[in-house]
Amino acid sequence: MARIIDRRFDSKGKSTVNRQRFMRRFKHQIRKAVSEAIHGRSIRDLDNGEQVSIPARDLSEPILHQGRGGIWEQVFTGNDQFVGGDLIKRPSGGGGGGGGGKGEAGNEGEHEDDFVFQLSREEFLDLFFEDLELPRLIRTQLACITDYKTRRAGFTSDGVPANINVVRSLRGALGRRLALGSPYNARLRELQQELEQALAEEGEDSANVLALRDQIGRVRAKIDNIPFIDSFDLRYNNRVKVPQPTTQAVMFCLMDVSGSMDEDRKATAKRFFMLLHLFLTRTYEHIEVVFIRHHTVAQETDEEEFFHSRESGGTVVSSALVLMRDIIHERYANGQWNIYGAQASDGDNWQNDCAVSRDLLTQDILPACQYFAYIEITDGDPQNLWQEYETVRASRNNFAMQRIQSPADIYPVFRELFKKSLS
Amino acid sequence: MKRATHPRHKPAPVPLPVTSEWSFDSIEQYHTEIARVAKDYGLDTYPVQIEIITAEQMMDAYASVGMPVNYHHWSFGKQFISTEKSYRRGQMGLAYEIVINSDPCIAYLMEENTLTMQGLVIAHAAYGHNSFFKGNYLFRTWTNADAIIDYLVFARHYISQCEERYGEEEVELLLDSCHALMNLGVDRYKRPGKLSVAQEKLRQQERAEYLQSQVNDLWRTLPAQELRDDDRSRRPRFPAEPEENLLYFIEKNAPLLEPWQREVVRIVRKVAQYFFPQRQTQVMNEGWATYWHYTLLNTLYDEGLLADSFMLEFLQSHTNVVAQPPYNSRWYNGLNPYALGFAMWRDIRRICEEPDEEDRRWFPEIAGSDWRETFDFAMRNFKDESFIAQYLSPKVMRDFRLFAVLDDDREDNLKVSAIHDESGFQRVRQILSEQYNLGNREPNIQVWNVDLRGDRSLTLRHQQHQRRPLGESTEEVMKHVARLWGFAVRLETVDEAGEARLIHEARVERPARQAGVELA
Repeated sequence: MARIIDRRFDSKGKSTVNRQRFMRRFKHQIRKAVSEAIHGRSIRDLDNGEQVSIPARDLSEPILHQGRGGIWEQVFTGNDQFVGGDLIKRPSGGGGGGGGGKGEAGNEGEHEDDFVFQLSREEFLDLFFEDLELPRLIRTQLACITDYKTRRAGFTSDGVPANINVVRSLRGALGRRLALGSPYNARLRELQQELEQALAEEGEDSANVLALRDQIGRVRAKIDNIPFIDSFDLRYNNRVKVPQPTTQAVMFCLMDVSGSMDEDRKATAKRFFMLLHLFLTRTYEHIEVVFIRHHTVAQETDEEEFFHSRESGGTVVSSALVLMRDIIHERYANGQWNIYGAQASDGDNWQNDCAVSRDLLTQDILPACQYFAYIEITDGDPQNLWQEYETVRASRNNFAMQRIQSPADIYPVFRELFKKSLS
Repeated sequence: MKRATHPRHKPAPVPLPVTSEWSFDSIEQYHTEIARVAKDYGLDTYPVQIEIITAEQMMDAYASVGMPVNYHHWSFGKQFISTEKSYRRGQMGLAYEIVINSDPCIAYLMEENTLTMQGLVIAHAAYGHNSFFKGNYLFRTWTNADAIIDYLVFARHYISQCEERYGEEEVELLLDSCHALMNLGVDRYKRPGKLSVAQEKLRQQERAEYLQSQVNDLWRTLPAQELRDDDRSRRPRFPAEPEENLLYFIEKNAPLLEPWQREVVRIVRKVAQYFFPQRQTQVMNEGWATYWHYTLLNTLYDEGLLADSFMLEFLQSHTNVVAQPPYNSRWYNGLNPYALGFAMWRDIRRICEEPDEEDRRWFPEIAGSDWRETFDFAMRNFKDESFIAQYLSPKVMRDFRLFAVLDDDREDNLKVSAIHDESGFQRVRQILSEQYNLGNREPNIQVWNVDLRGDRSLTLRHQQHQRRPLGESTEEVMKHVARLWGFAVRLETVDEAGEARLIHEARVERPARQAGVELA
């Protein structure tokens, strides 16, 4: 007799470990593919996994086998034209195998197609953020619980009158009345029975009947004395305060669009903003992005305009910082937002403005921000803004700055900026 | 709809359920009937264990080379990912069956399949393959059906312990190297010892110590005084006889391996050995299983137990399985082992039952004999190579229109050396038989020498067959050999004339702290 076993509900994902091993082993190649993939993505396009392809030769498992050459004599099927001794012209490209068939499947087994597979969204993002961590994130999570939400939590027996739950209270009162009254009610029914009996046997005016009536009157009085509602019955709606971790963030993208910022530099800046956004998505449920571009005046724009419209003129960095400060006060000041700032510039600023910018940063913006990162996209020496910001970096630990020369520098810089720091 | 569960006790046969949805009851009924018919035909099988699994679990099973348990390795993950990908895209249906050569014989049924397919799989896997596993001499001598699952559990456990102690990376590198040599890790002629978990565990500690002492012996053969160079040729080689099983040789003799590393090499070697018979009996085994599902189900149909609709669906899959496209078709991918095997088994029965004059000439000893006995003998005592050499009949060659093509790289043209005619039958048969000879298909590489008194380098010899060179991944494999051996490894190739020439040398880059060990 055969055993039939239903294995369908056995633990699934037996291959999970092997898949993870595979991912780990080819992390290098996979990561490269992932980095390339973001070229084509918008800042906010994060909710997809990624198709990753790895050159098949990188993950081949070598074995010893016979190569082409030498003598191969093989049997094929479906002869439709040959007789013994026929000569066939050697098919081009194939070392062995007559008649166009793939006769030596065994030794031509290496095909050079790429090995393509789908990374899940989680795996995709993990690859980006492994060993990166939002600066001071842990501290934020532990300490920055700024918001409470009240939530129903059943009923209590004390509270303020406004919170009395009428239905609950009356239900309790009814139960209490029934419970306390039941012995009297039983006694009352007994007495009434006796009374009827006495009436039938002895008539209306006998002493027994009178005594019974008297007793009945006293029991009724006792029942009536049970209070309709007692303070004991009162129930109050209970509400508790639940700390609400802040799960939303706003990210300010500040970019210099003055004449000296050319398309290449903007593209580099875009990559930087993209990565920051991606990283924030990982940590916060809801993210808003504010785009501020500036030359001598600052302006809030949408993403399209932010990256693609052309401006020219001089540079006054403080205009953007002022706008950022105002927007924070206006929209994000209620303590429910984690604020991140990212500024990209070629570092060229109007000389008199540098000190103003520094003061704005240190006094207004940095205290409100979780983190503020500045990148200077330049091939030359540090510009005046850089020098000014260096003093800020010295005094603040939620401020970081880096110089980038080409798009290739972005990723390492990003890692540098947000390197695990649990300071 | 519930039907009688024991139709055979009824006087008139009660047809089996015909719905396409299966249920446990109906699978049980089908199994009961198939088992009864198989017994009538005298199929000797291990007890059957049928397991219902999902498509995902089927992919899991695929990924771990069909075994229900296996150790962890990235290559299985790669296999899983590519199977999953092609399945999701619909490029590939999953095979409807995986059957495990174990006692009891485990056959997987996929829940997505129709009842007809389940019936087909039960007949094919649980009775066809099962009886082959139990009967064929290769499986009988080289695998231990009752111990393989336990052994794999042991292997998995042992390897994960090693991972904990020595780190995943370390173990993975070792496994990579072993996998590269897996095909060269089998005893082709020597009979392997029995596997048993209890023994394995018990002996493992002992073996570890013993092996280490053996290796030390190898160290002790260092001479007291330096021999002069001209003595070199007179020194005995080590090993005295060339060794074909590279993994075995490495396990026993590699000087620098730790005991646990030797154990891992051994595990890979044992697993390779377990699968070795399967690689040598494809045509026979698949043909046998196909023949039996065809015969068993047709018998049930003749008894009136199977509905016409069942037969139509079954025949449709059956014909797909045994389809053989001709050489010039774009679907051609070599000979289909199912088709060839099925045709040969059918033909053997025909020769037994209705031999014609040609058959009497070619097969005097089986023409007209009892087909069940002939089948049993053929199934038990042959592998693909010898099976074809013995039983491929002119009729099958004609039906398949087989022809042989000679491709000599010294000639400008390919030559049709033989076709399915009177003068060519013998030749075609011989070539086809050699084509299934693993010894010809895989390069012949043996351990030739270890330079015991010099740099401890290992020399492998490749005996060329038909002047065929080694493939392009040889260099990679040699690096793996060198990693396992721990010293330089040389590969020589011996051509037809018997001339040996060095074609590859892999050196070992050793970290500085071990520099003193390196004598080269």
